[in-house]
Amino acid sequence: MVPLWVFLMVSAALFCIGVFGVLARRNGVAVLMSVELMLNAALMNIVAFWRYNNPTEVNGLAFAAFVFVVAAAEAAVGLAIIISVYRNRHSIIPEEADTLKG
Amino acid sequence: MEFNFITVAFIVFSLITLGGAIGVVTCINLFRGTIWLMVSLFGVAGLMVLLSAEFLAAVQVLVYIGAIAILFTFAVMLTRSITSDKMRFTRVWVNVISAGILFVLFALGVIYPVWVANAATHFPVTDAGLATTTDLGVALVSGSQFVLPFEVAGLLLTAAMIGAIVIARDADDEGN
Repeated sequence: MVPLWVFLMVSAALFCIGVFGVLARRNGVAVLMSVELMLNAALMNIVAFWRYNNPTEVNGLAFAAFVFVVAAAEAAVGLAIIISVYRNRHSIIPEEADTLKG
Repeated sequence: MEFNFITVAFIVFSLITLGGAIGVVTCINLFRGTIWLMVSLFGVAGLMVLLSAEFLAAVQVLVYIGAIAILFTFAVMLTRSITSDKMRFTRVWVNVISAGILFVLFALGVIYPVWVANAATHFPVTDAGLATTTDLGVALVSGSQFVLPFEVAGLLLTAAMIGAIVIARDADDEGN
């Protein structure tokens, strides 16, 4: 099999691409898509650690399954917020949603 | 690293994953961005198959590609001004350099000293007796293992769905 660190490198690269998207994109939906990429990188790390360190126990698989649940909830609420902001401000640029700014 | 089928499959799925991710963050038309997101998530599903987590790969395809990516497609269509948005990025080079420095820090500060230098961690501790999907299903409903987190996860999903409906509902409809 491929050594563990190669998997970790791929998921680190995926995470950093997601970080770039979150920091640089001006579009709220694109920012959320980049957050999904970062969540996927974390998920891949969890599964890789399960397979290489403790593959006979079920704990790692269960942990990854709960990450799926949280990711689904995050996507639903995040997109609802984006649509609500768009409806109120006719813009989904995160920098323009600054009502709470002091 | 010997050159065999698993290595080739790993390289192909890694390229699909990272190429799709770069498509997501650079595509100016967000509808294409969601298609790239599906490509990237499919690559991650392939990597999960290589890690012997077949059930999670199937869930990845069903939940991420089948539900979340479709949800993103709907969000793109409901907020239509974005496909004509000409400004993709803010402070692009600063952010490219920051993300690159973060990757270098991950690689040299964490992955290299802990997992590359220690050859004992390179390969799985065992290839026999892997936990199967049956074990996962039993563990999720067994009283001594994960039944409480399982119920809490169900509650979390219900609360999130109700919250999403409440947040996204049109304020003008509230009188009806």
